[in-house]
Amino acid sequence: MTTLWVAILGVALASAAIKALGPVLVGGKELPPSADAVIALLAPALLTALVVSETFGEDGHLVLDERAVGVGVAALALALRAPVLLAVALAALTTALLRAFG
Amino acid sequence: MSSEKEHGGGDYLAGARAALPFALATFVLGVSFGVLARSLGWGIVAPIVFSVIAFSGSAQFAVVAVLGAGGGALAAIVAAILLNSRFLPMGVAVAPFLKGGPLRRALEGQAVVDASWALASRGGGRFDREFMIGATLPQVVAWIGGTVMGVLASDVVGDVERLGLDAIFPAFFMALLVDELRGGGQTIAAALIAAALSLALIPWVPPGVPVIAACAGALLGLRGRSS
Repeated sequence: MTTLWVAILGVALASAAIKALGPVLVGGKELPPSADAVIALLAPALLTALVVSETFGEDGHLVLDERAVGVGVAALALALRAPVLLAVALAALTTALLRAFG
Repeated sequence: MSSEKEHGGGDYLAGARAALPFALATFVLGVSFGVLARSLGWGIVAPIVFSVIAFSGSAQFAVVAVLGAGGGALAAIVAAILLNSRFLPMGVAVAPFLKGGPLRRALEGQAVVDASWALASRGGGRFDREFMIGATLPQVVAWIGGTVMGVLASDVVGDVERLGLDAIFPAFFMALLVDELRGGGQTIAAALIAAALSLALIPWVPPGVPVIAACAGALLGLRGRSS
């Protein structure tokens, strides 16, 4: 339980600090272009890692199950420019149906 | 007639209205966050407090993923920090358009969330401050309200895996990722490196670490945009 509350408070403080940093410190000034370029690539790198670990990761193992198919359907829907909500719903629906009837 | 500048209240309202579809999505995600948090034994209070004080869907999902897979608090915090580091460049971008001294600017910076930031972008590096703040408000309400409903209704909802709700988080991240990848070029290369790194590391290192290690993909930015 302590682990959970440490994580909750830590994440809340860190998120607030990150959001405050730009407006307070950087104001009109500019970051060095190299720092800018790395920061710009952090989001895609992190999102990819989260997609991979939440789609194929399970207790430190790689698994390929119904969930991966559901996420694949969502990816396909997004590639066809479906709205986010629809893609997310399709992922859950596909996964649930496969588990029920698969 | 208002004492505010010409576009005061109107832009807040327009922003709030523009954000309504995102607020609906946020609500659904909030419900699944609440249900999943309960299924991990977080109780009722902790998930709600988390949503109120952090208000960060992606960071909170990351904490669920790391702690749920047996990782520690530090790994969860680091993963959330790295994930939310995208708010740093976003904050830098809107900074010139926020008002007041350091404290007020820090507070206004809290209104930066993905959808609001994107909605408030006016091109050429300009941002509509009132529109952004207005767009964030309904999403805050939806996120907290969804969390409360998910936490309280989790007994009704039952097994999140049976309903496929565990697929919602990666699908949501996938949606954000697809938006990022439309930038093309180095973005795609960085994502491919991150995918390879995390796939290779998952069986070998503690949960949460692959996500952090995958950030190495962003170092590609050091090579510059030359060539």
